[in-house]
Amino acid sequence: MTELTLGRGTPDRARLLRLLQDYGVYTGVLVLLLFNFAFTPHFVSAENFRTQAVQVAPVLIVALGMALAIGTEGVDLSVGSVMALATSLLSLYLGYGPWTAALVAVLAGAVVGVANGALIAFVGVQPIVATLALMVAGRGLALVLLPQLKDVHDPDLAALGSGAVLGVPYLALIAALLAVLTAFVVRRTTFGRQALAIGDSRPAARLAGLPVRRVLVLVYVCSGALAAIAGVLATARLAASDPTSLGSLMELSAITAVVVGGTPLSGGRVRVGGTVAGATLIQLLTTTLIKHDLPPSWTQIAQAVVIVLAVYAARERGRR
Amino acid sequence: MTTQTEEAGRPADAVSRESAGPGRTNRSERLSGLAQRHGALVTLVIAMVVASLGFDTFLTGDNLENMALSSAFLAVVALGMTFVIVTGGIDLSVGSLFALGGVLAAWGSQYGTVVALLLPLTVCGLIGLVNGVLIAHVRLPPFIVTLAAMLGARGVLLAVTDEGAKTYLVDKDSFFATLGQGSLAGIGVPVWITVALFVLGAVVLSRTRFGQYVYAVGGNEDAGALMGAPVARTKISVYTLSGLCAGLAGALNAAWLLSGVTILGSGMELEAISAVVIGGTLLSGGFGFVSGSLVGVLLLKVIQNVINQIGSLDSAYQQVVSGAFLAVVVVAQTWLGRRRRVL
Repeated sequence: MTELTLGRGTPDRARLLRLLQDYGVYTGVLVLLLFNFAFTPHFVSAENFRTQAVQVAPVLIVALGMALAIGTEGVDLSVGSVMALATSLLSLYLGYGPWTAALVAVLAGAVVGVANGALIAFVGVQPIVATLALMVAGRGLALVLLPQLKDVHDPDLAALGSGAVLGVPYLALIAALLAVLTAFVVRRTTFGRQALAIGDSRPAARLAGLPVRRVLVLVYVCSGALAAIAGVLATARLAASDPTSLGSLMELSAITAVVVGGTPLSGGRVRVGGTVAGATLIQLLTTTLIKHDLPPSWTQIAQAVVIVLAVYAARERGRR
Repeated sequence: MTTQTEEAGRPADAVSRESAGPGRTNRSERLSGLAQRHGALVTLVIAMVVASLGFDTFLTGDNLENMALSSAFLAVVALGMTFVIVTGGIDLSVGSLFALGGVLAAWGSQYGTVVALLLPLTVCGLIGLVNGVLIAHVRLPPFIVTLAAMLGARGVLLAVTDEGAKTYLVDKDSFFATLGQGSLAGIGVPVWITVALFVLGAVVLSRTRFGQYVYAVGGNEDAGALMGAPVARTKISVYTLSGLCAGLAGALNAAWLLSGVTILGSGMELEAISAVVIGGTLLSGGFGFVSGSLVGVLLLKVIQNVINQIGSLDSAYQQVVSGAFLAVVVVAQTWLGRRRRVL
């Protein structure tokens, strides 16, 4: 970062600020990594990196869908409940084979997304309330389907949850693949451009003749399906379905990752790389505090401070 | 249809109102206004009538008292939330502040009632104040600021209670305990306090200058500022108020339970928001009333009570019904609001 600014001669304050906004989250990840290399015992081990990657994968996958929703100037609060719904359906339909069950779970996530999208795009309800309603109802439905924790014994799912190829866990690979796919969709497809245009200005997008409602519904379908995939993967890793607690507060972690990654809440811009870094940053922060025996209270306060700082840094960008 | 209505800003609104027949417009406008204002109340009455016909145990003194008591704490939180939502904001920190208030009150109760009340009010009020300053002066989005406050307050709560391992108890013979456990004329003290606060809140919101500022800021911030409403001060006040309400509700709850329970309050912010929205307050700000929020809370509690009474039904159905109900209400509200704007 320093080299970049030096290379351009005398950097003025505005440019420095923009660089900080754009690359601040990567710097944060780097600083935390360096700190851990230097001061945390047993940090530099393949096993540790695998654990970190597996832990961050579900949050990251949910955050990708959330980034899309936030890019259209919306938000999706129902993601945590969709994860719970996915885990319930997965263990209910396990009798038909793991892949059928996983498919049913992801389809259910897409259906929740259709409901969210229809409320938002056709009825015109604000995203917060529409997805809040499905958040409450979705968690309830998951509990109705599967009232308590249930063990999931399936060799295929167990392999998915704890297996690895060339030392890289499947979970991390899937998360990375989905991140690349999302980045491609946002940057290189018509759908991605349309979603961002809607986030920039919905009236303008409509006047330009974009299929606003269809795109919005599709965005929430993506978000729901991604959350369901995260639910399936989390179930596979835990080898148990727990609709009571799986995905609770996930919406907040996902929003945090997206916002810390530099995607503005005002829509019109999605930073997929930043979102990946944001999720990693929060994960590393938590790990660092835990490994240095700091109590959970510190972790939560530190997260709160990081969120406020990230939004404060992003604030200027909105006024550009 | 959406296309037309969403583009119908204020000028178009005025034009169409003049061009349409005056009688018909007024009546249907008034009707949808009435539905928006009293729809929740009508639903509550219907729900209670149906429940009392269906279950012998519903309309008994014990059951009603239980419902009133368990509604009281959420109602106080929803009262503060109403002010915030009318300004067009949102406060996600109330659940954490509710829990924090309860723990601080239980801890403070060993030094007397004054400390037990003042400590949670001061701390929660201060956190609300910080929220308000960050939102009004630093201009950060309310959603994120109060989300951070939710995490931060939960962190403070853990720090105070030795990472959640310690539970402070309230001496059940102290005066503070009577605030939660006592009753006056057969009705619990928390219910009286809640009713008094709601009367006060209704007067403040509809009859005072501050209340008018709250509506002005929520209706249109720039217009409010041009009219001379102190936008920043009003915003800071409503978030402080919301923090105070959540802290007080937590303290009363601790007095009722005789201990500061650390795991309470998670998800409470969403319950409070649902109640306010069901009560007819618009999340977009500028329209809403305090009595509606009380009705919204009662309606949620009646649904919960009925589902508990049907023994065969799992309590998870309560969430399904509440969520579906919330969806129906917001759809109805959007349509009613659109009617009012279009016609």
